[in-house]
Amino acid sequence: MSVTSIGKYEFEPLDKQENFHGNQLTYINWEQHLLFCAPVCLPLPPEMPFGAFVQEVLSGVYSKHPDFEKIDWDAAKWTLDGADFTPDLGKSLADNGLGHKSLIRFWTPGLKGIAGSHS
Amino acid sequence: MSRTVSITLQNNDDARPIIEAIKKDNPKATFNLYPAMVKIDCDGRLIVKQETVEELLGREWDVQELHLSIISIAGNVDEEDEYFELSWNI
Amino acid sequence: MAEKRKKKMGIKQRYSMLTRGLGWDTTYQPMDKVFPYDNYEGIIIHDWEGWEDPFRLTMDAYWKFQSEKEKKLYAVIDSFAQNNGHLGITDARYVNAIKLFLTGVSPLEYQAARGFTHVGRQFRGVGPRVACQMQAIDELRHVQTQVHSMSHYNKYFDGLHSAPHMHDRVWYLSVPKSFFDDARTAGPFEFLTSISFAFEYVLTNLLFVPFMSGAAFNGDMATVTFGFSAQSDEARHMTLGLEVIKFMLEQDERNIPIVQRWMDKWFWRGTRMLTLVAMMMDYMLPKRVMSWREAWDIYFTEAGGALFADLARYGIKPPKYADIATKEAEHLSHQAWHIFYNYTHAAAFHTWVPEKEELDWLSEKYPDTFDKYYRPRLEYLDKEEKAGRRFYNDTLPMLCQVCQIPMGFTDMDDPKTISFEVSEYKDDKYHTCSLGCKDIFDYEPEKYVQAWLPVHQIYQGNCGGTEIEDVLKWYNFNMGADNMEYKGSPDQKLWDEWQAHRKKA
Repeated sequence: MSVTSIGKYEFEPLDKQENFHGNQLTYINWEQHLLFCAPVCLPLPPEMPFGAFVQEVLSGVYSKHPDFEKIDWDAAKWTLDGADFTPDLGKSLADNGLGHKSLIRFWTPGLKGIAGSHS
Repeated sequence: MSRTVSITLQNNDDARPIIEAIKKDNPKATFNLYPAMVKIDCDGRLIVKQETVEELLGREWDVQELHLSIISIAGNVDEEDEYFELSWNI
Repeated sequence: MAEKRKKKMGIKQRYSMLTRGLGWDTTYQPMDKVFPYDNYEGIIIHDWEGWEDPFRLTMDAYWKFQSEKEKKLYAVIDSFAQNNGHLGITDARYVNAIKLFLTGVSPLEYQAARGFTHVGRQFRGVGPRVACQMQAIDELRHVQTQVHSMSHYNKYFDGLHSAPHMHDRVWYLSVPKSFFDDARTAGPFEFLTSISFAFEYVLTNLLFVPFMSGAAFNGDMATVTFGFSAQSDEARHMTLGLEVIKFMLEQDERNIPIVQRWMDKWFWRGTRMLTLVAMMMDYMLPKRVMSWREAWDIYFTEAGGALFADLARYGIKPPKYADIATKEAEHLSHQAWHIFYNYTHAAAFHTWVPEKEELDWLSEKYPDTFDKYYRPRLEYLDKEEKAGRRFYNDTLPMLCQVCQIPMGFTDMDDPKTISFEVSEYKDDKYHTCSLGCKDIFDYEPEKYVQAWLPVHQIYQGNCGGTEIEDVLKWYNFNMGADNMEYKGSPDQKLWDEWQAHRKKA
């Protein structure tokens, strides 16, 4: 549907990729660890290797959680924009299929959060 | 299905005779006291009568003086010189 | 009182003299050019005289009653200030609810004044025009009385110094701001449906009634008095909300689907905005009147149930997703408080872990959910804070494209898992927090692609700089005073000193 308006109604989206200085927005959520209240949002270079994303970005975001150091990354399950996904750590984010405003969710089996509360 | 109409008034000296009048004219009404206010619920219909408030107050009372004490209402409003009424058409 | 003086005219006559006689059909210019906005939304009006005013307040009566309300209110405000009323509140934590009110809600009163001034010009029918103009004056009164009442707290407590500035910039204040921006950029009938009906009629009770009663319970006579003084106007505004709905529905059956869609949209947007109130009630009032869940049951399930049963005769159904909103009442306050606990370093008020008795109260009020999902987390956070490791989330959150709240809401049938929705529009993705917000986006994507999402704006470099400190400066925060944990804050220090003095005395 479209906006009911008094005239032509067309505007530029505010969050086009070119507004982020060479980065693309990436949304990240560590599932069932709601100590972090919500998924996070970061502007990342599309050429960043996925390995660096896990080692540097995810640890920067989540390492305060006592479960973080217990994560077995080989067992982690991932989805990218709603579909199951197996990342290639050597390839870049872009080559792994991440676009502007992609959502990455990951599950860490066996880890149930603070006192088993999924926090 | 709830048919409750409701009026919430400040619990103060201006409102007290109105609350009393509601009690008199709406025997089915229930009164819920909260800090600083009272929420009055009634099934289907609730009326505030000028005559009853005036009797209790001992002076003329304009139904619109209700505006000074009212906090909230639920129901369709019918306001006349002699009364203020809330109702649902169900 | 048989000899009672009879007024020359009855209330209906007097009101009709005031309103109907003021309108005329223009002849130099066609009416459609004079009133260009009242038909483009698709609402068909055959007879503007069909508008009924339930409260028939004439201008003279309006000024008389409003001035009486003002006199009473300012007497209380003066006495509160003269008697150092701030010393009588239950606990300084309470003032944080006032900070949120002043920065988040009071600017909306001003937005409402602007909105009603605008639509009060745009209707060709005199009935709605007069009602809107009166409401515009009321709303202006509300923002003024709120600023006056709360200014007393600004003398002693942090975070109250820059409300309008913050309202335009701070991330969580974009939630209420965007709500009103959305309403004011719609046509006049949608504006009335959004503000007068969905917000005033269906939802403001939840904001003003139990919360203000809570203010009284916590010793804040200034706030309860402005709250109830505003609310006395609100009763009139609510009837305007119901009247505009009935008017549209009675005029033409082609209006029904339009009205229904607006109700669905604005009910959902309203419940999202009230998230702030949910946590104010469950977490920020040291003495509690009722839980958010209980307030929801009274003011939405029961009162809303009767309302929508009444409207069923027009073919109107209860708002879409009302069932989800009712499930959310179990979770909303806890999830919202957690968002602010995560990001208090970027908020102009403090958060804390509730005291043990307060946690017990929450366990009692939310027996099915609190101990299972929320209490362990709060106890862990408390332990961490006591060990000197107060938890803050250092990464900015993902926001919903429509309600602009951080995506902290879970699937209501699975409170372990965040709820995600996404839409594609012109090659870009737009993420939303719920089906309610997604529907709103999908219906008018052109509108919401323009959303000024604070997190994205920060990353684009439009908010003072790249470091969080730069952004907070741009927000006008006094760092270390306005923000961060309550424990150890200057507010707490001052409050503890006052209490110590009182003991000595």
